[in-house]
Amino acid sequence: MNKRDWRPYKTKMSRTILINLLRFIVLVFIQVFLLKNITFYNLATPYFYILFILLLPFEVPNVLLFVLSFVLGLTIDAFYDTPGLHASACVVLALVRVLFISITVQKDGFDNEPEPTLSIMGFRWFFTYALILTLFHHFFLLNLEVFSFSEIQYTLSRVVLSSLFTVFLILISGLLFFRRKERK
Amino acid sequence: MRNLWIFITKYNAFFLFLIFEISSLLIYIKYNSFQKASFINSTSQVTGTLYGQVDALKGYLSLKETNDSLARENAKLRGQLKVSFYVDSVDKRKVNDTVYKQQYSYIVAKVINNSFNKRSNYITIDRGSRDGIQKDMGVITGAGVVGQVIQVTDHLAIIQSVLHKNTRFSAMLAGTKDIGSFVWGNDLDPHKGLLIDIQNNAQPKVGDSVVTSGYSLFPTGIPFGKITNLHAKGGGLLINVEVALAVDFTKLQYVYVVNNKFAGEQTGLEAVQNKNE
Repeated sequence: MNKRDWRPYKTKMSRTILINLLRFIVLVFIQVFLLKNITFYNLATPYFYILFILLLPFEVPNVLLFVLSFVLGLTIDAFYDTPGLHASACVVLALVRVLFISITVQKDGFDNEPEPTLSIMGFRWFFTYALILTLFHHFFLLNLEVFSFSEIQYTLSRVVLSSLFTVFLILISGLLFFRRKERK
Repeated sequence: MRNLWIFITKYNAFFLFLIFEISSLLIYIKYNSFQKASFINSTSQVTGTLYGQVDALKGYLSLKETNDSLARENAKLRGQLKVSFYVDSVDKRKVNDTVYKQQYSYIVAKVINNSFNKRSNYITIDRGSRDGIQKDMGVITGAGVVGQVIQVTDHLAIIQSVLHKNTRFSAMLAGTKDIGSFVWGNDLDPHKGLLIDIQNNAQPKVGDSVVTSGYSLFPTGIPFGKITNLHAKGGGLLINVEVALAVDFTKLQYVYVVNNKFAGEQTGLEAVQNKNE
C-alpha cells in the first residue's frame, strides 16, 4: 500500500470502528433492558446480541475477534449475573464463525465485501450463516446453563425455538438496514 | 521450534479458541461452586446504577398494580389492629405486656432487577448492609415467600429466588402441620413449585395451603401457595405434590426482608450441637 492510499484507508477504518462500537452498545442495551424480559412459554428466549459478532468485518484478525467475543460475553454476563456463561458461548460462536467463513468465502473477495451483512452477501448466504452460528451458540449456552443431561430433551427444544426467534430478529434487523445499491 | 511456531500460527484460531474458552469456563465454574461475591455481577457499581435508573422508569408502568397490592395489604393489617377488635370485658385497664418480645422485624426494599426464565434466578434489591440486611435472611412479600439473601453490599443485596435449582425451604401443610421441603420444579415454570418428602401418612388435598414451618428463616405460616396436583412425578416412599405459587414472580415490585432476631442464636446453638455429635 503506497502513501496516497493511506489517508482514505485510515478514515474508512476509523468509521468501521465507530460503527462497531455503536453497534456493541446498542445491542447490549437492547438485549439487557428489552429482550431479557421477553420469553414465550419459557421456551423461546432471544439472544439477539450475537448479531455484533456476526457483523464484524471479514478482515478482522482472529485475535481481535476472540477478544471482542469474550468481552461482549462478559458484558452480557455482568447484567445477567452469570460470569463466564455467555463469554464461553460467544467464544464458541467466534470459532464457528472463523470456520464457516473460511469454508464459504474466498479470501481475495474481501475488498469488495467488507462486512457479512444481508444486503452485501445476499439472503441465502446470510440466512445459512445466521442459522448455523445461532444454533451453535444457543446449543452451547443453554446446555451450559442447565449443566445436566437429564433434561436434555427439554433443553434441545429450548435451543431450537430460541434459535428460530433469534434468527428471525436478525433477519428483521438485516432487512431494516437493507441498502439496495450495495447488492450486486 | 520454528515448525512449532508455524503450526501454531497456521491454526491460530483454534489455539485462541482454547485459551479463551478455558478461561471463560474457569470463571463460570468457579462462580457456580462458590456463589462468591464476584466483580462481575449486578451489585457492581455500573450495572447496579443502570438497572436502578431503568427500573425507576419502569416503576411508573405498574403503579396501579403496586397500589392495589399495598392497599390490600393495608386492609389486612388494619384488620389485625387492636382497635378493630371488639373488647368483650367492661372493665378496661392497661396491661404493660412483657410476655411478648419482638422476634421478627421487616425491612422494605424495592426490586431493581429480577429474572424468572432461567434455571437459576436471582433478584437484586435496593437495600444493603447499611439498612440492616445480612446474608441468609429470608425475603417475603404480602403474598408469600420470595427467597433468601445470598450476597450483600453496602447499598444492594442479591436474593436467591424460590425459582432456583438449589432452593430448598422447610414447609408444611397449613391444615395438618405435616412437614416437607419446598423446591422448584424441573420445567422452569415461574408459577409452579413442588412440596416434596411429605411423610406417607399425611393426606394432602387439592387446594390445601402450603406455608412456612417456622423452623428456619421465616415466621410460621407465610404462604408458599396452594396444592394443584397430588401426583407429581418422583417421590417413591414419600409423597410429592405440585404447588401453584402464591407470589407472581413476573411482577415483583416491593419485598420485605425478614430479620429474625434469634437467627444468630439458633444457628450458633445448632452448630455447637452438631460439633458435639
